Amino acid sequence: MPEHAYTSTEIMTIAAARRLVNRQVCFVGIGMPSAAANLARATHAPDVVLIYESGTIGAKPSVLPLSIGDGELAETADAIVSVPEIFRYWLQGGRIDVGFLGAAQIDKYGNINTTVIGGSYALPQVRLPGAGGAPEIATSSKEVWIILKQTKRTFVENLHFVTSSGHQPPATTTLPAMQRKPIRGRGPTVVITDLGILMPDPITGEFTLVSVHPGVSAEDTRAATGWDLKVSDRVEVTPAPTPVELNALRDLHARTAAAHGSTGMDV
Amino acid sequence: MAEIIPLREAISALVSDGSILAMEGFTHLIPFAAGHEVIRQQRRNLTLIRMTPDLIYDQMIGMGCASRLVFSWGGNPGVGSLHRFRDAIQKSWPSPIAIEEHSHADMAARYQAGASGLPFAVLRGYIGSDIPKYNESIRSVTCPFTGEVLTATRALNPDVAIIHAQKADRKGNVLIQGIIGIQKEAVLASKHSIVTVEEIVDNLEAPMNAYVIPGWVLTYVCEVPGGAFPSYAHGYYQRDNAFCKAWDGISRDRGTFASWMEKHVMGTEDFAAFRMSLSGNEGVQHA
Repeated sequence: MPEHAYTSTEIMTIAAARRLVNRQVCFVGIGMPSAAANLARATHAPDVVLIYESGTIGAKPSVLPLSIGDGELAETADAIVSVPEIFRYWLQGGRIDVGFLGAAQIDKYGNINTTVIGGSYALPQVRLPGAGGAPEIATSSKEVWIILKQTKRTFVENLHFVTSSGHQPPATTTLPAMQRKPIRGRGPTVVITDLGILMPDPITGEFTLVSVHPGVSAEDTRAATGWDLKVSDRVEVTPAPTPVELNALRDLHARTAAAHGSTGMDV
Repeated sequence: MAEIIPLREAISALVSDGSILAMEGFTHLIPFAAGHEVIRQQRRNLTLIRMTPDLIYDQMIGMGCASRLVFSWGGNPGVGSLHRFRDAIQKSWPSPIAIEEHSHADMAARYQAGASGLPFAVLRGYIGSDIPKYNESIRSVTCPFTGEVLTATRALNPDVAIIHAQKADRKGNVLIQGIIGIQKEAVLASKHSIVTVEEIVDNLEAPMNAYVIPGWVLTYVCEVPGGAFPSYAHGYYQRDNAFCKAWDGISRDRGTFASWMEKHVMGTEDFAAFRMSLSGNEGVQHA
C-alpha cells in the first residue's frame, strides 16, 4: 500500500490514541484499547499511566500484550498489586481518569453487552466471555471511552443484555434502586469506531456522530448503525493519520508480531 | 503444616465427585498440571470456580468434570472464544452446566470475604448492569453511615483451592513472584489447598515483604516443574502463545478435542509425560 494509505483499523486506533493526554491514568482493556493506549505512550503521551486489571500499575510494554497478564507488563510496571487491590484501591478508590473498554455490542446510550446474544440468558445463541472488569471500570472511572468496529450487528437498538452500564435512558424506571444509583464518573464520553467518532448528547446521553474519518460519509456511518443515529450539525472530518503516527503504530505491530507471532489485534 | 506429596496423591486425597474447587492464577501461574490430574482421575459434578476459566477449565468442562461454573470472564486470552465452555452452555455438551457469573471486582471481593471469615463483601458494583438479575449471590446492602446502597456479594469458601507458584521450601512456605492475582485470597478462603511449584528448595531466599504464603496454612505442596504450561511462570518460562492459539483449533470440534485429550492427557501418566507427548505435535511448540 502507498506510504500515505492506511486501514480503517489504523485510523480508529490512532484517533483513539490522540485523545489520551500525557500523565493521564488509564485502565486499559485488552485488544484495541491496549493498542491505542500504547500508541499514545509511544508518541505524544510517554508518561501516560497504563493500568491493567492483572494488577500491573504503570506498565510500559515494548510490544502489545497478548493478555492482560503478560510477563512484560509485570516486568515494566511501577508496581504489581493483587487483583482485589487493583479493583478496590485503584479503581473503586477513584484513581482512574479513563476507563478504556472494547465491546461486542453497544446501544445508543453507551451500554455494553459482552455476555450473551440471542436466545435466553440460560440458553443463549452466542455465549460471549462475560463481564471481566468492565461493569466497575465503566462506573468507577472518571470517564469511559469505548472502541469497537461499527456495524449493524455491533451498534444495536436493543441490547440482549447490559453487562456494563452507559448512560441511563431518561425513562428507565423499572430498574431496582441499586441500579438507579448515579455512577461516580461521567460515564462513556466517547465512542471511537473504524468509521468515525461519537459523543453523547449532554441532555439525553444519546451518542451522536461528531466526526467521520476521511472518505467516510455521515450516511455510511448511519447505514452501519442499528438505531437511527443522530448526526451533529457540525460533523468534522477526523484528521488523517500523520506519517509519525502511522509509523509508530506499524512499528508497534511489527514488534508485537515478532514477539508473539501475531499482530495482537486478532481478537 | 503443608505436607509435600506427589500431585496425584494430593488430588486423590482432596478432590472428590461434587467438590467445590477454585483453581486460580490470573493469566499467570495457571495450575494446568493439577487440572489434568483432576481430569485423569475422572472427577464428576464439580463446582469449578475461577475468575478467568481459560484453557484449563475449557479442558475440564469438555471432559465432563463440571456441573457448575462460577466465573467472571470466560475466554482464551488474546485468541478468542473458549469452544468447550460455549458448547457446554449453548448445547449442554458433554453435559449441562449451570453458570453463576460475576464481575472481576466482585469475584475478588468474594474471595476476600471468604478469606476474612465474613459472610459477604461490599463493593460499589454492577450499577446499571443486568448481571444481578440472573445471580442470587449478588444482592444489595444499605450503608448504615451514609445510606448509600451498595452491592453485597456472597463470600466464597471453596472446598479446595489449587494454585501454582514458583517455589516452596521444605516446610512448604510458598513464594510467588510477578503477577500475583487472587491466589492468596483463594487459598485462605478455602477449607483445603494444594500448591504446585516449579521447584522445592532448601531456602526460599524471599526478599523482605515478598509475597509468601506460610506453609502452615496449606494442605499439600507438590513439585511439578512446568506445571503452569501453557501459561507461564515468571522467571522460569514464558507463556506458550502458539499453544494457546493452537487450542482454538483443537477445541473447536468435539471429536478433535476428545481425541486430543484422550491421547495427550488421559493417555499419559503425568504432566511430564503429557509434555513429552506434545513433542513434534502438529505445529504446537512448547517451552
